[in-house]
Amino acid sequence: MSVEVTERAEPQPTDGRRPLVRVRGLRKYFPITRGIIFQKHIGDVRAVDGVDLDIHQGETLGLVGETGCGKSTLARVIMRLYDATAGTVEFEGEDITKLRGGDLRAHRRNMQMIFQDPFASLNPRKTIGSIIGDPYRLHATVPKNKIKREVQELMELVGLNPEHYNRYPYEFSGGQRQRIGVARSLALRPKLIVCDEPVSALDVSIQAQILNLLEDLQKEFNLTFLFIAHDLSVVKHVSDRVAVMYLGKVVEMASGPTLYRNPKHPYTGALLSAVTVPDPRLAAKKKRIILEGDVPSPIDPPSGCRFHPRCPNAQFPRCSDEEPELRPHHSGQVAACHFPLEDRAVIDESAGV
Amino acid sequence: MPEPLLEVKDLSVHFKTEDGLVKAVDGVSFSIMPGEALGVVGESGSGKSVTFLTVMGLTQTAKNAVVEGQILFQGEDLLKVPKEEMREFRGRRISMIFQDPMTSLHPLYKVGYQLSEAIRSHQKVSKSEAMEQSIEMLRRVGIPKPDERVRQYPHEFSGGMRQRAMIAMAISLNPDLLIADEPTTALDVTVQAQILDLIGRLKSEFNAAVVIITHDMGVVAEHCDNIQVMYAGRIAETGARDVIYYQSHHPYTWGLLDSIPRLSETDSHERLNPIKGLPPSLIFVPSGCSFHPRCPYAFDRCTAEVPLLLPSDGMHAAACHLPIADKERIFQERMLARS
Repeated sequence: MSVEVTERAEPQPTDGRRPLVRVRGLRKYFPITRGIIFQKHIGDVRAVDGVDLDIHQGETLGLVGETGCGKSTLARVIMRLYDATAGTVEFEGEDITKLRGGDLRAHRRNMQMIFQDPFASLNPRKTIGSIIGDPYRLHATVPKNKIKREVQELMELVGLNPEHYNRYPYEFSGGQRQRIGVARSLALRPKLIVCDEPVSALDVSIQAQILNLLEDLQKEFNLTFLFIAHDLSVVKHVSDRVAVMYLGKVVEMASGPTLYRNPKHPYTGALLSAVTVPDPRLAAKKKRIILEGDVPSPIDPPSGCRFHPRCPNAQFPRCSDEEPELRPHHSGQVAACHFPLEDRAVIDESAGV
Repeated sequence: MPEPLLEVKDLSVHFKTEDGLVKAVDGVSFSIMPGEALGVVGESGSGKSVTFLTVMGLTQTAKNAVVEGQILFQGEDLLKVPKEEMREFRGRRISMIFQDPMTSLHPLYKVGYQLSEAIRSHQKVSKSEAMEQSIEMLRRVGIPKPDERVRQYPHEFSGGMRQRAMIAMAISLNPDLLIADEPTTALDVTVQAQILDLIGRLKSEFNAAVVIITHDMGVVAEHCDNIQVMYAGRIAETGARDVIYYQSHHPYTWGLLDSIPRLSETDSHERLNPIKGLPPSLIFVPSGCSFHPRCPYAFDRCTAEVPLLLPSDGMHAAACHLPIADKERIFQERMLARS
């Protein structure tokens, strides 16, 4: 599948530059085995099952989907924290799925990650200074006697008090810890930062502070973000383009406003309609598409379109037999659906206050 | 005028710690009518959970807790009820759903056992009758094949299903008051919508009063009649839902409303307008209005004098020194800036 899909139309930025990250036919299966000594391979968890994706220089690509849809696995394969089962990840034109040893370590400088849980992602026994300074020590990009100054500059940049250099993580609140995580990810001046649910553990007011910080840093350092979250309103706010994942596949990709005004895939529509609207009058006008049940098991995904057992628009037998391809739509996105939604917004904008 | 179901009068919950006295809840008064859905909103550490844990009788047991005030439930002061009798209230007349469905169920007992145990501890029924009831409750909260599910362990349930099981447990004794503490924070948006719908439906079905505690102004917009905004252990503003969203009189509420990215914004990358700074320490609460260090409109009086929760009209009340005319003007400006 990876061969014929490479030429597929996708929303491209107008300048036609080569993407920073180019993902083609990417699969990541986790084997399920039985037995202790003679491990028998009895199946696979198909966490990522054929994903094509471009991330362009300087943009924010949002990735949304329910728990278990493979969005974090995809990010970790791109980060080379997992090895791909099949497919390629090109970073600036170079296939990184085969990099090993020193080449891989050198490459890691280009990509950093901000994690979801600011309480678990910082070592409680290390000072903030040493946590943020570790990348310098590991990659030796800065002479040892200058590390402290660099770290304090980073701390200031992300809105932490540089005098807190010698404090421990427990002395900071959730939002401040997430700033520490951001500072650490910036240390090596990476080209790509993967943000895996960076704000979902935070209070809304602190969420907004971190989102603003990320946008400022992106402008200042020309960063490229892969932004993963399950909250569509957050993703739409930060992203230039949004990819919606369901059971290991991208089912729709578009710019945020297009996706919101005109979702084509019924799953996107359902996700949009599930987002809570902080405005009672608007909320009352929302068209609700309540999805029944949970996401099916990625061990044995449904035949045809993977969404068909939960889809309110599924028509049989086509949806259960034939797997839909990502196809371009005139409204400017690609979506993988046999019977896409009609042109309409899930929330009537004219009803605004 | 019907009697309120729950009336909290001047409730304070302080904890003595080595670092000082933590004023988790500091003089809170409110009431809930039968069948009402109240949304309680605020950041971590605003006292919203502690208030309702106290209503459940769960903070008083801590040795370092100092609880003052009155909690009248159907006219009876829960703070004076002896521990043993409190069990009669807890679970049967007031019940609570907790935030984390992953840790609120016992991992070593089957779901059916845990549900029927709750029933059997309050009603004289046989094991098999309790199990029948458990199956029926699971069916009501929308769990498919409940007769098979009761024989499973919590790890066999997904997050959304565990939260449904918790709700089933909470409503199985038909309580008059259901407290849901961040019931959907740990869940996906699609499951969140299902759970909120379920709570809303149960409210009308059982005519129970519901309290939804959350930090997300979006969650309460659809399912609550009234909203109470808490900050640093006190009530900052309280009123009917639409009043809070469209005529709010407190800068903290404005900040909460402005902090949320909205799907309807046409331009992505629009800057959010967060509340600056962090919630205060509850040991060293700022003088005067506890919100003044973060408030862009604070003036002299705010640092000196604690604002009272003064009703402006009907049940709408806000604890803020700004003159009403200014509040109305600023709120209108901010609403316009948002849309």
